[in-house]
Parts: sequence; C-alpha cells; structure tokens
Amino acid sequence: MSDAEQPTDDGVPGDDEFEPIQVFPEAEEMDLRPGADDCYKCSTCDTNCPVAEVDDEFPGPKFQGPEQWRLKRQDDQDIDDSVMKCSNCMRCDSACPSDVPLSQMHNTARGEYVEEQMNKFSREYVRNRILANYRRLAPLGSMFPRTTNFVMGLSATQWLGEKVLGITGEREFPEFATETFREWWAARGGAQVQSEDKRIAYFHGCYSNYNTPEVAKALVHVYEHFGYEIMVPDQHCSGTPMFANGMLEDARRSAETNVRELAAAIEDGADIVASCSSCSMSLRQEYPELFDFDGTEDVAANTWDAVEYLRVHEDLEGELAGASVGDEFDDFAYHAPCHARNQGLDGQTTELLAAIDGVDAHDVGDSCSGISGTYGWKAENYETSMEIGSEMFDHMEASEAKTGLTECPTCSMQMEHGTGYEITHTLEVLEAALVGTETAPQ
Amino acid sequence: MAIEDDVLVIGGGLAGTTAALAAAQRDVQVRLVSAKQSTLRHASGLIDVLGYTPDGDGPLVDPFAALEGLPDGHPYERVGSEAVREALAFFDGIAGEAYAGSHTDANALVPTHGGTVKPTARYPVATAAGLASDDRDTVLVGFETLPDFEAPLAAAHLEAAGAPFAARGVTVRFPGIVRDDAKITRYAHLLDRDETLATATGESTARAALVETVRGHLQDETRIGFPAILGDDHADEVRADLADRLGVDVFEVPMGPPSLPGMRLADLLYDALEDAGVRVTTGVPVVDYESAADGTDADGSERIARVIVDRNGAAVPHRADQYVLATGGLVGKGVESERQRVFEPIFDCHVPHPTDRYDWFVDDVFGDHPYAQFGLPVDRELRPLDADDGPEFSNLRAAGAVLGGYDFAAEKSGSGVSLATGYVAGQRAGTEAGR
Repeated sequence: MSDAEQPTDDGVPGDDEFEPIQVFPEAEEMDLRPGADDCYKCSTCDTNCPVAEVDDEFPGPKFQGPEQWRLKRQDDQDIDDSVMKCSNCMRCDSACPSDVPLSQMHNTARGEYVEEQMNKFSREYVRNRILANYRRLAPLGSMFPRTTNFVMGLSATQWLGEKVLGITGEREFPEFATETFREWWAARGGAQVQSEDKRIAYFHGCYSNYNTPEVAKALVHVYEHFGYEIMVPDQHCSGTPMFANGMLEDARRSAETNVRELAAAIEDGADIVASCSSCSMSLRQEYPELFDFDGTEDVAANTWDAVEYLRVHEDLEGELAGASVGDEFDDFAYHAPCHARNQGLDGQTTELLAAIDGVDAHDVGDSCSGISGTYGWKAENYETSMEIGSEMFDHMEASEAKTGLTECPTCSMQMEHGTGYEITHTLEVLEAALVGTETAPQ
Repeated sequence: MAIEDDVLVIGGGLAGTTAALAAAQRDVQVRLVSAKQSTLRHASGLIDVLGYTPDGDGPLVDPFAALEGLPDGHPYERVGSEAVREALAFFDGIAGEAYAGSHTDANALVPTHGGTVKPTARYPVATAAGLASDDRDTVLVGFETLPDFEAPLAAAHLEAAGAPFAARGVTVRFPGIVRDDAKITRYAHLLDRDETLATATGESTARAALVETVRGHLQDETRIGFPAILGDDHADEVRADLADRLGVDVFEVPMGPPSLPGMRLADLLYDALEDAGVRVTTGVPVVDYESAADGTDADGSERIARVIVDRNGAAVPHRADQYVLATGGLVGKGVESERQRVFEPIFDCHVPHPTDRYDWFVDDVFGDHPYAQFGLPVDRELRPLDADDGPEFSNLRAAGAVLGGYDFAAEKSGSGVSLATGYVAGQRAGTEAGR
C-alpha cells in the first residue's frame, strides 16, 4: 500500500530468479522498516527543515523519522514529544536522495503520540482538535457569516482564544464568505457545460468553499472555458490539518468519504482536480501512505493540480500567449507553497504568467512561509512561524510587485499577515486572462 | 498534449545545471527536471579537474598536462582537453567572484575536514586563505557540538601530510548552540542573522560571541580555519566580519554532507538558471520514455519522442527536441544494480559490465573496483552507445557521473567531468534544437 513496503533491493520488477529470504517476520501493521533502512544518514533532510533552522529545541526530520522509528523497536520507548513541533511542511521528502518516506514516518509517529501519550483533556489536545477540524466548525460560522466575522474580529475573542485555547491572538481569523461556493454552485444550477469526454471532479476543499469562493468560481469559469463538464462531488476535509495534528482517526474518516466519492467520480469518467496545493498533496501522497481503502491508489494516480492538469491536457500556454488581464492585476510577488514544491510544481506559476501580457510573477525565493496550516496559529509556535517567514517577507518587500500570489490558503494568510499585501490565487489570474472577470457568467 | 520545451535536461547536479546553462546560450527553451533537490547539497563545493591519474600517480600539479594521456573512453578523452578548458571558463563566468583558482593551471591544495589535502582546480573564496601551499601557521577551530570536524586531529593530519606550516587545533563551544546535534543550518542562520544570544557575560550577538570564544586561542597565527558553517546567504559578510574583529584571515574547511559550500554552489547555479530563463522542475522523477512513432533516424538510431515524469502515480508527459541525461552514478541512482545486472533505469541504455557479479569488485577494500567505472559508454558527441557501438538514440546525450570509463573518487575528477561533459552535451543539444 505504500512505498515503504516495496522490496528494499532497489530493484525493478521482473527479476524472477532472486528469491529473498524472509529474515524478519511479516509485519502486522504498517511496516516502516524498509524506509528506515534506506536512510544513510546524510542529514540533507535536516538542512531543509525550516523549523530546525530557527529552533534549537527541534531535533529535525532525520531524528523524527528513521531514528525514532528504530528507537521505538524497544518496548519501553515513548515517542518524543518534539514530534509535535514538526510543521508537516514535508520539505524533507523532496530533500531525501534515498527516497526515505520521512513525512509518512512523521505522520505515523505523531498519530501514535497523540493517540497514546497525549492527555485527551489537555488544553493542547482540545485546541489541536478544534484547529484540525476546522471543516466541522466552518458550516456553523458560515451560517451567519457577518455575525461570525464580527465576533471573530473582536479583540476580546482573540484574547480569549489565546488565553483559553492557546490560539495566537496575533492573527486575524479568516473571514467567512457571505455565500459559500457550494451555495453558489447550486444556485447557478450546477454544471453549465456537458461533455462525455472532458470531465473533471473538483475537490474544492474547505477554504475555497467557506472563505474564498472566488477561487473556486475562477476554476469553474476557466474549466468551462476549455469545455469541461465539472462535477462537484460530496467531500470532506482533505485531512491535511488532521495529519499535522496527529488526529489520524479524524483524518481516516474524512479520507474514507473523499476516496469513496472521488473514486465514484473516476468511474463516471472524471479526473480529479484541486485548487489548493495541500489538498492535492494529501490525496496524492498522504492517502496512499497512510490508508488503504478501496480506490485509494486510483484516486491518487488520477488527482491533479488544477493548473497542471490544463497544462498537460490543453494548450494552456498557447491560449495565454498574448492574452492580457487589463488593469485589474499587475506584477505579483509569488510564493511557491511547500506542498506545491513537493509535487514538482514550484516553477509552474512563474512560467505560465510570463505568457500573459501585463503581469509577471516574481518568485520570492524557496523559503517556507512558516505558517504550515495550523502550526502558526498555535500561540507557542507564533514566534517561530514568523521567524521562518521573515525571509519570505523580506523578499516580498524587496520585490517591486505589491500584490502577493500563491496557491495555498494558509501561506496566503501568512503572506498577508507579514506584509499587509493583498494575496491572489493563480486561478483568478488565469480567469482574468482567459474569461475576463467582467464578462464571466454570474 | 505534453509539457513542451526544446531541450530537456534530466538531473539537477553539477552536470545537469551546466548542461542546461550551456544549452540556454542558444535561442532555445530549456527545462531541467530533477527527481529530488539538487545533490549539490552533498558536494564539498570544490571543483576538481584531475588530482591523480587513473594509475594513481599524483597529486598532479598540472591537471591539464595529464589530460592527454588518459585512456580511450575516459570522459575527458571523449570531449577533448580544449572542451575541458572551455567548460572551466564557462564555470568561471557563472561563479564570478565566488570562486578562486582561475589564475593558474596548477592544482590548488585545499585542506579537508579530515586533514587530508585535496588537489583542486577551483575553490570557493571562503577556503582561499586556508590553502596548504600557503606557509602561514594555522589554527583550526572545531566545535564540541559538531563532531564531523575534529580540529586537533585534522591539524595533526595536516602536519603529518607534510604541510609547510605549523597547524594547531582547538575545540570550543559554539555560543548559542545547546543541543548536541544542532543542524549546520542552525549555526549558519545564527551567524547570517547575527542573532542576539545570552552568554555567560550577558547579552551578545552571535558573531561577537564567537569572536570572544576563540580570541584567546589565537597565538601568533595569522589565519584561522572553521568548519564550513560560517553563514549561508551572507557567508562573505560573516567571514569578513569575523576576520575584521579577530585581526587575522578567516577561512572555511570544506565538510562532508550536508555541506553549506555545496548549498551555496547550488544557489549560485540555480540563480544562473533562473537568469538564463531555464525552467526548473524538482521533486519528481523521470521514469520512462516513448519513441517517436515514425521509427528511426537516418543513421538507424531510435528517436525519443517524449519522457514521462511521475507525480505520485500520475504520468505527466514532457516533450522536447533534445534530451540530456545527467542523473548521476550508482549513488545518485542514474545507474542501478540488482543481482543479475547493472542498468540505466530511464532509457535502459547499455552499461557494460561482467555477467558474473563476483567480477564487479575486488577483495581489497581500497583496490581498483571495476564497479567504480560502471556507466554509459558514449561517442564523441556524448551520445550513449549500445552494445554494437551505435548511438542508442539520435537525440539523447549523457553527462556527469552516469558516464562510465572513469573512477572519479580515485582520480578526484568528479566536478571537472561533470562540468566538461555537461557543457559539451548542453551546447550540442542547444545547437541541434535551435536548428
């Protein structure tokens, strides 16, 4: 079910003559031994860890992964509580020259720590559970968005959040949209384009549904422009905040729903696209690494980043060549989210926007934004989060562009928080170039 | 559809980046795809050309003089010595003031963290004050929390190796570092940002505190060497600041992986790629290829139509006119082995090797192991050759450690071969794609 269970001989299939001798008993649960054995201790992962660079207390990904896994073979060994300081940016994965599944090891270690060692009545557990399950609270806030935005914006609320729950009072809560994407989708009567052979199922995730429906609408307009029939299947949180908080059972429940619904959409002839880089990361990598529902691998192999999909299936660059976006957008300071980076997508946005007249995306460097989903919302991580982000803030301010651009909702929050810039999603720029926001259907 | 470019370079190390930069000199769109982050993060940052002959003679004073005597099939023999010089000049143009050594053909002798001396053609300016040919007495400083560099041992080794100066090593605590296994980026970050620290004598900044820690250990030496952790983005400023406060020259001793000089070199090359308009995709491997439907070229060789990049199970096609394979050797996974065979995993290019695997190595651990030279044979255009000495593909060239016929670890020729073959392969690919 995962890379970690492949034979360790670094071989290719079809080598029938070699019959390995089973030295170790068959693993009954997830066996990470092959992954641990692949680590040759070059420590490259440690030099990529944005937390270890600024926090002397954090022992780094090599320890959290293969070393801790080995330590755990001793019965009396607990998971080190430092695993909760890992921000799950997953940079260590693409750093490793030996394909050690580091983030999978971190996710399982963190899950075990929370399950077996964390006090379920502690403030930290309650707070993490709330942050991880944003998807469960969002519908409530979204029912009366103006009231919620008002209450959440009160300094008293922020003070309470920090004192009672340990959610930093330094950040402003994201506003709820007055109409969710799904409400808009239902009101417009769903798909406006029908097609037998060009069909996608949109995994919009929580944030573009409740907070930034303009991103989801942009995706709809762009895909309909290319003649795609869009399905919007039932869906739950992708699980990203749950993995990061070690809430693996919550994540499993969400993943089960998503895999079931998305696998059904694939049966109906659709490919899956996501507009949030952490959502696509989760479906593509974390699901097959952590779960084995029917269809998990199939969903992973058929899930795409929304922009990448168009690049491969349509002549997107050709269409963008010579297109313009009018006065609405100018140059952008672009930050590639870690989870886009890990999918090999870090150069995509600057490449594509270069084709559009009147806009350019200036990459602000390869540092992590520092917020990493729920990580930077925790009072105890706030300072570290801002220190990690300082390189990005500096580069944004040094860039001539005065608007930010990214594909990750929480990176976007951090970019705005650190610079005060307005932050746009790449799909909104593509919408302006290809469809035009003025003339866009509703 | 596919993601389309004119030249596609597979591999993000020194050979791949050089090939991409050389190709981009032509009016063509170049893309570099690297399965993982660049392995330059493991590299010492030194640019060697040839330290020893294949017969083990050396250290060589003039690597260029020895190029002519190399055996048939050696990558340098394939491209010719003039190309090696051009490639180095090309590198000098990219590295600018960050590297030294271009003033002479002779090898410089750079002390390593083990106290050995490595013959090398170019070296980061951070190591310049530490050369072993310089006869000034030297003090090396190690840190208790950085076990990869044992300064007194390295100093003793240097003296035993016959360095023409007195070397002393001391070990101190690095101010501001508490944990035993702090990452090298943590040291660099403290110095880069000159962070405020609490010390025994009150608050201080990282650089000032480091200076106070080592000042008392200086006797009458006029240079002082540290492990290569002196800053990352602002390494020149950190070094100059320390030298200014200590009143002596400061240099870095190159370290094993992970290596800040390697990371700085990677930054330098990737910045150059960005400036040259090369598109870079990292974190996803090329796993397969498809041949052109119209079969073979005039010379009978196959033509690659496109390659397949794997993204967590999704196959993403990438098409180009010309391809460069720079995926590394046995460690970099450009060449792989299993019990029955040695092979090149993307295009299944021919890798000559004995059929009996007991002939792949010799019993003497430090002996001349055949496996060290396993890799692709190429023609003078750097096109991989099949078992009958014909080109495997008409539009594929290979560069760097994926090539066979040389033992870079023994010869100290890894960087030079990557530069020279990357340069030639990239130039040819760029020219052909631009036609």
